[in-house]
Amino acid sequence: MLDVKNLKVRVEDKEILRGITLSVKAGEVHAIMGPNGSGKSTFARALAGHPGYEVTEGSVTYKGQDLLEMDPDERAREGVFMAFQYPVEIPGVNNAYFLKAALNAKRKHQGLEELDAMDFMALVKEKAKILDIDEKMLLRSVNEGFSGGEKKRNEIFHMAVLEPALAVLDETDSGLDIDALRIVSQGVNAMRSPDRAFIVVTHYQRLLNYIVPDYVHVLSDGCLVRSGGRELALELEEKGYGWLEAAPRLGSGQAVVGARK
Amino acid sequence: MSTATKQIEELANTEYKYGFATDVEQDIIPVGLDEDVVRLISSKKGEPQWLLDWRLKAFRAWLKMTEPHWQNVTYAPIDYQGVSYYAAPSEKKKLNSLDEVDPEIRATFNKLGIPIEEQKLLSNVAVDAVFDSVSVATTFRSKLAELGIIFCSFSEAVKDHPDLVKEYLGSVVPHTDNYFAALNSAVFSDGSFVYIPKGTRCPMELSTYFRINAKNTGQFERTLIIADEGAYVSYLEGCTAPMRDENQLHAAVVELIAHKDATIKYSTVQNWYPGDKNGKGGIYNFVTKRGICKGDRSKITWTQVETGSAVTWKYPSCILQGDDSVGEFYSVAVTNNFQQADTGTKMIHLGKNTRSTIVSKGISAGKGQNTYRGAVKIGKKAANARNYSQCDSLLIGDRCGAHTFPYLEIKNTTAKVEHEASTSKIGEDQMFYCESRGITKEDAINMIVSGFCKDVFRELPMEFAVEAQKLLGISLEGSVG
Ligand SMILES: Nc1ncnc2c1ncn2[C@@H]1O[C@H](COP(=O)(O)OP(=O)(O)OP(=O)(O)O)[C@@H](O)[C@H]1O
Ligand SMILES: [Mg+2]
Repeated sequence: MLDVKNLKVRVEDKEILRGITLSVKAGEVHAIMGPNGSGKSTFARALAGHPGYEVTEGSVTYKGQDLLEMDPDERAREGVFMAFQYPVEIPGVNNAYFLKAALNAKRKHQGLEELDAMDFMALVKEKAKILDIDEKMLLRSVNEGFSGGEKKRNEIFHMAVLEPALAVLDETDSGLDIDALRIVSQGVNAMRSPDRAFIVVTHYQRLLNYIVPDYVHVLSDGCLVRSGGRELALELEEKGYGWLEAAPRLGSGQAVVGARK
Repeated sequence: MSTATKQIEELANTEYKYGFATDVEQDIIPVGLDEDVVRLISSKKGEPQWLLDWRLKAFRAWLKMTEPHWQNVTYAPIDYQGVSYYAAPSEKKKLNSLDEVDPEIRATFNKLGIPIEEQKLLSNVAVDAVFDSVSVATTFRSKLAELGIIFCSFSEAVKDHPDLVKEYLGSVVPHTDNYFAALNSAVFSDGSFVYIPKGTRCPMELSTYFRINAKNTGQFERTLIIADEGAYVSYLEGCTAPMRDENQLHAAVVELIAHKDATIKYSTVQNWYPGDKNGKGGIYNFVTKRGICKGDRSKITWTQVETGSAVTWKYPSCILQGDDSVGEFYSVAVTNNFQQADTGTKMIHLGKNTRSTIVSKGISAGKGQNTYRGAVKIGKKAANARNYSQCDSLLIGDRCGAHTFPYLEIKNTTAKVEHEASTSKIGEDQMFYCESRGITKEDAINMIVSGFCKDVFRELPMEFAVEAQKLLGISLEGSVG
């Protein structure tokens, strides 16, 4: 589904990603961990197409297409979704209205009929229920005045409505309380399917107890320095990232992806 | 500048879509201004002596005044002698129905998306179409007349209701008020007149479409609206002008009078030619709008959506004279390319328990400069007066500007005044957030801007809110590939 080869990304003249290679197949869940500032969000934003993040080298193929050639909105309509680490507030724009515009843009792109207000509200209410989202949040402005946890939950809600093929979740667990973490994880798990893939950025192995990944990768200083199965997360939890620094750098920053279990 | 900012700016650079002129034979007097011209205008309109005298008084006052330059705008000097002060379509006979209107004019309205007939039939709006300076078509008059409501052109009011005109003309904006108001008082051509009798609720929105058409013709509209005790009226003013190269001066005066328990809602959508991308041409819009809440518990609401004009200078104000009277001002002002706007309001609290609300939303794109200038004055006798002001600015790109000048003058210690202000940018992050959900750039800008203006749009009558949103889209969106 997603093939990232030697991806180098620069932000304001600073090279942040120094050659990432990663392959994600449909149905898989990949977790990305790593110290603060190592480039996890940069990777997520580059995949989503943030204009401030300049790809200087490498390639990204998504469903056989050159992802880097597409505008961010095109990527989204093609099924790429990113849940923001810091969701953005859009004052005065009703959350449900926003989502309807987003969903219909996607449906139109797929050649489907646009949903009218009635059908849309029915769909949205159903999704809101699954994620235990207060219907009042639908009528409020997008993320405006939402608590930290509410914002994160709203991101997952957007994902549930838009039903992407590839979802990149950037620290969606940070700021969620224990119950919310469980509900959100259940929501994500319910969406796991053979034709959908997830890239989950997190600092906490706890999340991975809920959303069990197929692979865990460690990003450090712009390079994937270690990849492994679930147990890698446990090891990291125990030892921190320090021991990885001591490990030999992999040539050109490529990670060796373990064979599928 | 980053790519996203550039793209936003591109979007903001849209051609003025309503740029076309109509070929209708015009009755124009030669350029220039002196007492003879004032007399000529008055006699062409067959005015009574008292009105001519009033015009002449204003003209003599104007001669002694100098053009104000304290506003935060710059423009080429205006040659007042290079303007023709009167133009009327040569087709002047009384029309009984819209079918009799010049087909050219009808076509123009259609191009603007203002199908009069449809409006007449479907939207319950009485349309008084002012073409240049003289009313061409007036509808719904008889229906309104049954209720004792007078809705007609200013010239007709002078003929048919001279006592009302005499009593109220210049009572809110005196002929010496300011340079442009004095000029208007001397040479005003026509405009609208509304009178709502005691205890009457006007059953429909009253609306006027102004157009500037004749080359080199200044527009000096005069509007007078009186709501008698307990009356209610909602008046809509909207306009769009054809593409012209020369600067065209527009100096209108609007006076509102609300008696005891009366309410006047005055809404404007203004979309005059703003000049081209290089700042050439465009309308100078120097307007004096003022209302007086004369009686107790009266209320005046100004709502404006200003997207056009090269230079705008406009401060719809309220004098809150009656006890418990209420003044409101809701404004969206957009400046794009080289547009400049210096706009705001004055709330003058004189009566007890008077309340005012100011919500101003300024949007700047391109090299547009947007200034909010608001004054809140609380007089000695205005016990328990309240004011709430909120001034927000939204910047699109990084070559435009927003400026806020709030003035406060409080002479009563029981007054409570609150002021909030904010400036934000349509950030890359907001745009990216929308786009990352699959929403196009164009839709994203529209959405963000509409969201920003929501508090003002909410105040507009339904059909106008839609039109306003459309205009906002037109002035900020582009043809993105
Ligand atoms: N827009 C930007 N401007 C300047 N520097 C940036 C920008 N975005 C990212 N960086 C820098 O790039 C580096 C990687 O940032 P990134 O946000 O990708 O880290 P992260 O791994 O997600 O960290 P965290 O765990 O704290 O979320 C940091 O040094 C950060 O300061
Ligand atoms: Mg991050």
